[in-house]
Amino acid sequence: MTVSAAACKASAVHEVTSVGALASEPPGPPLWLLAELTYRCPLHCAFCFNPVDFALHDKELPTADWLRILREARELGAVQCGFSGGEPLVREDLEELVAEAHRLGYYTNLLTSGVGLTAARAVALKSAGLDHVQLSFQDSTREVNDFLSHTRTFDLKQKVARIVKDQGWPMVMNCVIHRLNIDHVGRIIEMADAIGAEYLELANTQYYSWAFENREHLLPTREQLREAEAITDQWRERLAGRMRLFFVAPDYHEGRPKRCVNGWGSTLLSIAPDGVALPCHTARMLPGLSFPDLRTTSVRSAWFDSEGFNRFRGTGWMKEPCSSCEFREQDLGGCRCQAFLLAGDAAAADPVCAKSPQHAVVQEAVARAERGEPPARPLVFRDPKHSRALTPPTTGAAASRPGPPVS
Amino acid sequence: MTAPGVASVPRVATGFRLQWEPAQQCHVLLYPEGMVKLNQSAGEILRRCDGASDVNAIVAQLEEAFGAQGLRDDVLAFLAIAQQQRWVELG
Repeated sequence: MTVSAAACKASAVHEVTSVGALASEPPGPPLWLLAELTYRCPLHCAFCFNPVDFALHDKELPTADWLRILREARELGAVQCGFSGGEPLVREDLEELVAEAHRLGYYTNLLTSGVGLTAARAVALKSAGLDHVQLSFQDSTREVNDFLSHTRTFDLKQKVARIVKDQGWPMVMNCVIHRLNIDHVGRIIEMADAIGAEYLELANTQYYSWAFENREHLLPTREQLREAEAITDQWRERLAGRMRLFFVAPDYHEGRPKRCVNGWGSTLLSIAPDGVALPCHTARMLPGLSFPDLRTTSVRSAWFDSEGFNRFRGTGWMKEPCSSCEFREQDLGGCRCQAFLLAGDAAAADPVCAKSPQHAVVQEAVARAERGEPPARPLVFRDPKHSRALTPPTTGAAASRPGPPVS
Repeated sequence: MTAPGVASVPRVATGFRLQWEPAQQCHVLLYPEGMVKLNQSAGEILRRCDGASDVNAIVAQLEEAFGAQGLRDDVLAFLAIAQQQRWVELG
């Protein structure tokens, strides 16, 4: 008997690693169903990964459609189910959806800001079968937490953390890391330990969506990153056996791209609030690509047959330098949204890669962060007003906006 | 952390859920936002870690089920890995 088991841990984009298969093999089933129930959110985080044009997609699927999607995805093989948003707790049918997901055999995850998680709702969600709660924090200090989320939620989150522990749920604490809070990493870890989190994700910001709009404010220096990683390593040793610490690597500084959601259409099936199925939660920004609407398409057909899911599967779509690159099966060319945002071409190599012809764009952004120049415009908070303001009225999509200024 | 021995009584650790997935044709261990996909032998061992059987009993069950002999060292080696990964707790 030999034993090989492949383990993985989800990053902030909620991945499950499938094992051993080459990206060029036929797709397996989706393993992760990410149900983005709503874009409504009481917070206004400046690094939110919801689409910048979310205000244009304000329709939400009714309960019956979600129940059908849960069933169809489970039949296909999805086993991790994340209820996310926006803030999923604003949906009054959350308990009903969790109960059905639990009955179907999913491992159920609630990804929440904590706003709305009263003791009474926690009891109801527990009895519906919810397996785990991921609670987001913005910082270890009230000032930065409340500033970045543009709300007064710091004390509330502490209270919610206790409610989560009272229900006996394992707790993942998630903190998006960037220039404004990265120097507090040690205190963030201490706080996570103090509230009893079993896992802490220190998720370095990925620069798309709102974080892309605010990149000049959020991109840390190399020295900040080095320091934060060193502190995290020290704590990881100290907390071994009590809390698992994940430091999600920042791709801008590394010169090497990361697989987008473990490979386009390989693992993650993300459903937008209005029922559009996506290979990753931001893929809708890509122009000229149509994604299936699950109000009229089955999950099976969306996953296996749709143009949107097939376009960037495997390696066949690649151009140079990706198509002959020795790492193409490992990183799959990186993030398609980043390629579009920085190179203006969703099929280009991800410009965070040192081999990308557009890599200078990333180097310049990092150099700017090193110089510490004051950002050219104020921080934009994620809210419907800014969403509409940042979306060109004629096209109705952020996709038509030109790439960022590079100088 | 004491290494597993033949008298240890392993069980799947709190916070992990073991289940058979027909679509993947394997056992998986589920935990917050993550999944461990187990090969056949790992799945067969772990599903016998019920918090009641000791390692001797688990080895005997496996040897009978698979018509094999001398599985004890392999089972102990796997359980040591599983304990390291915190997938199992020993009673």
